[in-house]
Amino acid sequence: MPEISELTIGDVIAEKNFNLDRDSLVRYAGASGDFNPIHYRDDVAVSVGLPGVLAHGMLTMGLSIDPVVSWLGDAGKILEYGVRFTKPVVVPAKGRAVITVVAKVAELDPETKKVRIDLQTSFDGNNVLGKSQVWVQL
Amino acid sequence: MVNPNIQGKRYPRSAAYLVGREKIREFARATFASEESIDLAAAIASGHSDLVAPPTFPIVLQEFGLKLVIADPEAGLDFSRVVHGEQKFVFQRPIVAGDLLTSELSVASVKSLGGNHMVVFDTEIFDEGNSLVCTAISTLVVRGEDA
Repeated sequence: MPEISELTIGDVIAEKNFNLDRDSLVRYAGASGDFNPIHYRDDVAVSVGLPGVLAHGMLTMGLSIDPVVSWLGDAGKILEYGVRFTKPVVVPAKGRAVITVVAKVAELDPETKKVRIDLQTSFDGNNVLGKSQVWVQL
Repeated sequence: MVNPNIQGKRYPRSAAYLVGREKIREFARATFASEESIDLAAAIASGHSDLVAPPTFPIVLQEFGLKLVIADPEAGLDFSRVVHGEQKFVFQRPIVAGDLLTSELSVASVKSLGGNHMVVFDTEIFDEGNSLVCTAISTLVVRGEDA
């Protein structure tokens, strides 16, 4: 478990790449129960005006917090986690979409030992989540 | 479209959902969680009674309430025009395997914004003792007919 006294605002606590392919989307559909076909069928995605098959926003949100959970060593220390979905992640039929997550210390409360971590999740040079903030209990 | 009059509406409590250890593992792996985060011995060493669900796992319970809204003729929610705008989870305590949970969704607000509607749903998740475990807050954007 990290010590709050060793943290400074702006510290990068984790940085990680994730490779999403169509298998990842099917696996997430099954695990979450979200079977919206825009997440696995090109014809359906195109018919509703999308640029292609998209990753579930909740998959992007879910993987973005993994580096924070690994840093904490305990998912039970997460108090709050919120994001805004700003841009879609298009996942090709062949190959993969690479998502990069950078987690930084944004706010420290030494009294309560609560820390706010801000996440920057990017794909293809753009941030795909906005206002992505996690409150953790150290 | 969505009917603005559903603001404040509460939908019935869901049936009880038993959080399974292997369901947690399945969901965790699907969201690229590390194997350490689904190690039972590590969870117990951290003081938990069983595996801790990933932070976005409550989406599974939020979905039960959203299905009621979609099926509600009064709401008139056209799901084909819905885009997920924002999502938040606020925990009173972690969800662990073995929890018997129920959820209840209410419509916190319906706002009109440039031809679109923004609907905020609050889903409260309770344990067997009826204590609040987590609140899932979801903002859906319903695109207008000409958007």
